[in-house]
Amino acid sequence: MIGSSMRAPTIAIVDYGAGNLNSVKKAFDYLGANVVLTTQPETVAAAEKIVLPGVGHFSALGALDNTGLRDAVLQGASAGKPFLGICLGMQWLFEGSDEAPEFAGAGIFAGRCRPFPASVKSPHVGWNSLAVREGSRLLRNVAPESFVYYTHSFQAPVVAATTAATEYGTQFSAVVEQENIFGVQFHPEKSWTVGLLMLKNFCEV
Amino acid sequence: MLTKRIIACLDMDDGRVVKGVQFVNLRDAGDPAECAAAHARDGADEIVLLDITATSDNRRTMLDVVSRTARCLFIPFTVGGGIRELYDAEAVFEAGADKIAINSAAVKDSTLIGKIAARFGSQAVVVAIDAKRVNGGLGGFEVFVAGGRIPTGRDAILWAREAAACGAGEIMLTSMDRDGTKAGFDCELTQLVADAVSIPVIASGGAGSAHDFIEVFQSGRADAALAASIFHFGLENIGQLKLELRAANVPVRWPC
Repeated sequence: MIGSSMRAPTIAIVDYGAGNLNSVKKAFDYLGANVVLTTQPETVAAAEKIVLPGVGHFSALGALDNTGLRDAVLQGASAGKPFLGICLGMQWLFEGSDEAPEFAGAGIFAGRCRPFPASVKSPHVGWNSLAVREGSRLLRNVAPESFVYYTHSFQAPVVAATTAATEYGTQFSAVVEQENIFGVQFHPEKSWTVGLLMLKNFCEV
Repeated sequence: MLTKRIIACLDMDDGRVVKGVQFVNLRDAGDPAECAAAHARDGADEIVLLDITATSDNRRTMLDVVSRTARCLFIPFTVGGGIRELYDAEAVFEAGADKIAINSAAVKDSTLIGKIAARFGSQAVVVAIDAKRVNGGLGGFEVFVAGGRIPTGRDAILWAREAAACGAGEIMLTSMDRDGTKAGFDCELTQLVADAVSIPVIASGGAGSAHDFIEVFQSGRADAALAASIFHFGLENIGQLKLELRAANVPVRWPC
């Protein structure tokens, strides 16, 4: 009895106190995934997959550093556990953001997150289309110009690991993936059937 | 390309979807969770659930409906009505909302906008403004609160600008003159507010035909347009509306 209840959760959603993470959990629940919201580094360490969500200000990621969660997430990622960063969680994969220059990102991808050019309204809110590069595992079976839901004020540059880009005043990274590391700037949990398909693909990686 | 959003609004009274004409004469239009799911399948880009007669008595009903509606809804979901303080917002987010809409409480105390934004992010805070023409518009547009019952003497454009400065993520702008009339959105009001703020503006009140949506996106410069009654009573299918918008070169999410 105790043994079965002690089973490690398959997917840990890292809760570092920023925003509302219920929607992300709800989407994984809907897909039948074994998922837990956690503030504990030990639970992150025990999980088979890690999801780092986040909305709001880049400085919120500072809470990762103070709680031991940063090390747990980075150790898991470098041990090859599938990792998915959503929105701020994706921006964190880069070196940093002009939104909060004092906080360092994970630096897995080169470049910094910057505001949109003055030619467009900011924040970028709504459904925008993807330009999908072939061979993406996260976007398997996703139609090449699918629409996804965005809400953000800063954007990550297009890099070698970019597997989908979106245009809004500039081309920015919509999806990045490299081995076990995945990141999406939009909100798959709010992007209807297209988003659910991506989360399902992540569950099956 | 960033698309223009079509938002289906569910006006709720005591746990049921209703729709009035100019804020009165309510008619029953069904269960909120079922309506939301049907609109999402039809191609709605977002769902807004407004508890239009919110009182502390039906708070529990509302949270229960929010949670039931949110469970299988994987598009953005905004909830408004009766949110007076941070605590109310927390309960609504906990029940499954992605954004909250505040109106009267924000007018009363604009720091509430910043308090909710600091905790949940600006993207989660929609400030709803009910505006009415003064002297047919010659005297500008006045903000009303309490479901359109109480005039405030405040100018809608200035209030929109202040709300944005306080940390609002979007403005949901309802023309009280047009609400429920199907006479078209108030494009002049929408354009004045859209030009005054850098955050998205959702036009509301008066949707009667596809042409009205085309106008409010093109001349009103709205980022999103919201309608309730025309969708509930089957007068307009959202998919058909999107095809007409696309034919008029308005970018929309289609196929969904």
